[in-house]
Amino acid sequence: MRTIVIDPVTRIEGHLKIEATVDDGVVVEARSTGTLFRGIELILQGRDPRDAPRITQRICGVCPTAHATASTFALDEAFGIADRIPANGRILRNLILGCNFIQSHVLHFYHLAALDYVDVTAVAGYEGTDPGLLAAKAFLGRGELGPFVPRYEGDYRFPTDVAQRLASHYVQAFDVRRKAHELLAVFGGKMPHNVGIVPGGVTQVPEVDTIAGFLWRLNEIRHFIDHVYVPDVLEVARAYGDYAEVGGGCGSFISYGGFPLENGRFLGSGTIAMDLAPEEIGVGKITESVQHAWLASERDPLHPSEGVTVPDPSKEGAYSWIKAPRYDGDVYEGGPLARMLLGYARGIEPIVALVDRVLGALDAGPAALNSALGRHAARAVECKVVADAMADWVLDLVPGGEVYAPYEIPDEGEGAGLTAAPRGALGHWVRLKDGAIDHYQCVVPTTWNASPKDEQGKPGPIEQAIAGTPIADEENPFEIVRIVRSFDPCLACAVHLITPRGRTLGRYVVS
Amino acid sequence: MAETREMPVIWIQAATCSGCSVSVLNSAAPKITDLLLSEVIPGRHINLRFQATVMAGSGEPAVEVLDAAAKGDPGTYVLIVEGSIPTKDGGVYGTLGEVPMVDRVIPLAENAAVIIGLGTCASFGGIFAADPNPGGCVSVGDLLREKGIDTPLINVPGCPPHPDWFVGTVATILVGGVSAVKVDELGRPIRFFGQLIHENCPRRAYFDEGKFAKHLSDEGCLYELGCKGTITHADCPLRRWNNGTNWVIGSGAPCNGCVEPEFPDLISPFYERLPEEALLVPRKES
Repeated sequence: MRTIVIDPVTRIEGHLKIEATVDDGVVVEARSTGTLFRGIELILQGRDPRDAPRITQRICGVCPTAHATASTFALDEAFGIADRIPANGRILRNLILGCNFIQSHVLHFYHLAALDYVDVTAVAGYEGTDPGLLAAKAFLGRGELGPFVPRYEGDYRFPTDVAQRLASHYVQAFDVRRKAHELLAVFGGKMPHNVGIVPGGVTQVPEVDTIAGFLWRLNEIRHFIDHVYVPDVLEVARAYGDYAEVGGGCGSFISYGGFPLENGRFLGSGTIAMDLAPEEIGVGKITESVQHAWLASERDPLHPSEGVTVPDPSKEGAYSWIKAPRYDGDVYEGGPLARMLLGYARGIEPIVALVDRVLGALDAGPAALNSALGRHAARAVECKVVADAMADWVLDLVPGGEVYAPYEIPDEGEGAGLTAAPRGALGHWVRLKDGAIDHYQCVVPTTWNASPKDEQGKPGPIEQAIAGTPIADEENPFEIVRIVRSFDPCLACAVHLITPRGRTLGRYVVS
Repeated sequence: MAETREMPVIWIQAATCSGCSVSVLNSAAPKITDLLLSEVIPGRHINLRFQATVMAGSGEPAVEVLDAAAKGDPGTYVLIVEGSIPTKDGGVYGTLGEVPMVDRVIPLAENAAVIIGLGTCASFGGIFAADPNPGGCVSVGDLLREKGIDTPLINVPGCPPHPDWFVGTVATILVGGVSAVKVDELGRPIRFFGQLIHENCPRRAYFDEGKFAKHLSDEGCLYELGCKGTITHADCPLRRWNNGTNWVIGSGAPCNGCVEPEFPDLISPFYERLPEEALLVPRKES
């Protein structure tokens, strides 16, 4: 029996440590530890509520737009203006968030995950004319290999020509994700930390030139998604087919849905298991446990609305700054896989056709989706589905039309803002008193996925996904980092602080 | 072919949202791949030995890079610190490689040739040091002063910083050394932070005419809606963001003053008008 400690897990957002106890070549137990505590929610208390979308974006520089979105949804409700947002404002918010989905998903596959599968040193023998690969070859030739070496060595499976092609896509994808941020800036002002999404709508009126510019910037990115990103995910799926059999997590999935349309949401909400029978979600069933977190509490678990959070860094039996959210007392995973499973089970096209294409490449049934590869595939499918929809949404904008509904800040008010974020289900809750923030709370995707054990001793989704995995080479534990990264963890989001006073969440039901 | 001189870079992420890293990924000319792979200027290459967001290695192989730098020959690498540094209770609120971040940063800072405080958190404390500062986060400058470390420090603030501000500062160091970077009293390169947003704002004429926007998305100067461009030193109006696509005031939003040490506590509420007295005390350059 020995324990493998990976700290830091790099190529994720934020600070994560993974410990895996290995017995006879198989992980028998895994522990996921968030290693940074900041306390954004405490910082928000007493501030002007309009500042919340700007400040909560600083929870995460990779997915700030999702926080701005959740925060404005919560404030729209608290200000009593949720039904007054002009159609242009709703659409522009969706477009700005959609750009963040594209950027996040492309960045994740190529720049955070791909180095676990593709040996970039294969470009040393490159003989072609691709300038990115020639630069990489010259770089390797100088013998200074950071940041690509040191790394885990061994299980890189692609033949040289395929590895070279994928390495060129790694280089190209840096341009694509940069252009996704440029696309976002067309209506969001700048990125990271957009300034466009505000309570009441957005700040910039669309005109014909910005609409057309947005569409054609988007189309360039869609071409990459269709002809490079999705095929590359299938290429990895074929070479690493065994990863459709490992990395399966708790097998229960949760989504709040996202991208409000005139009626309903473009990405659906609900819970689902591998029996593919979707159920409606009731947000009142959420609890959070601090049993294994460095946080003190007299009662546990608690409804997030009642959460008491007092840092207790020397607490016995604790091993993370992350709380353990649970739904109806059980462990749930969020993310693109949750949303694509819901779309697949509900027969929504083009999700069904795209997921079937993935399953065809794997030569497997839907059960294979609950795996490390399944998460990558679902992320690529979602990226395409959202990007294609954005090309329709942008043409629904009315040039010169209003984007913003003026309002007065009420003394009292409360609101919930629930949205799909690139990494899973994101919720912000706000309560106002004397026109200022009295209580603010975020329950974020990676809090679900990277959570430690709960009060019943049930491990979190990432911990469950690692447990039971055979490790071929304990000095180079590829299996663990591949599984962890398939979740696209965002630890900056996950580690936060909830203020002592709470409210009832039970009334909120996501539609 | 002339020999390439390598400049090793250690990039530590402390209490950060990673937005500074992501912003640097947005660099358009040179592109991030040029920065990583090619010579930033002929004959000079940045060798990014540790950067947790992009590096291949995890766990021990990654941490060994940090230990080697801290214990190696002094003055051989550039240290970039992104984020403020949690110091409360011995720094337990943030650890890296099973050691408090503050205990990683101190030896790396002592041994570095020069330190770049990247972003407003590293430069001045920023968001995570905002009241009530739950983790006891401090800026790099404050930590260096407290520990008596005299390694040269350049602050490149911004929440996030514009990629050009970072790349331009690094290129200036590569060409002429640290002394080539002319800084203001806050350690910010004057090249990028020498003028007020207000001085170059395309909506300046509205301010002078007294035509103020009443609501977000209106035409007019955004001063009444909380714009902090009148007290914020940065070249955003000229440089614009995301490869020149747009910028904050260009999209109809007020400037949040994110490059200033007062961000966020003393510069918020973001959507409330500045008191007029604030216009009368421009910060002097050194």
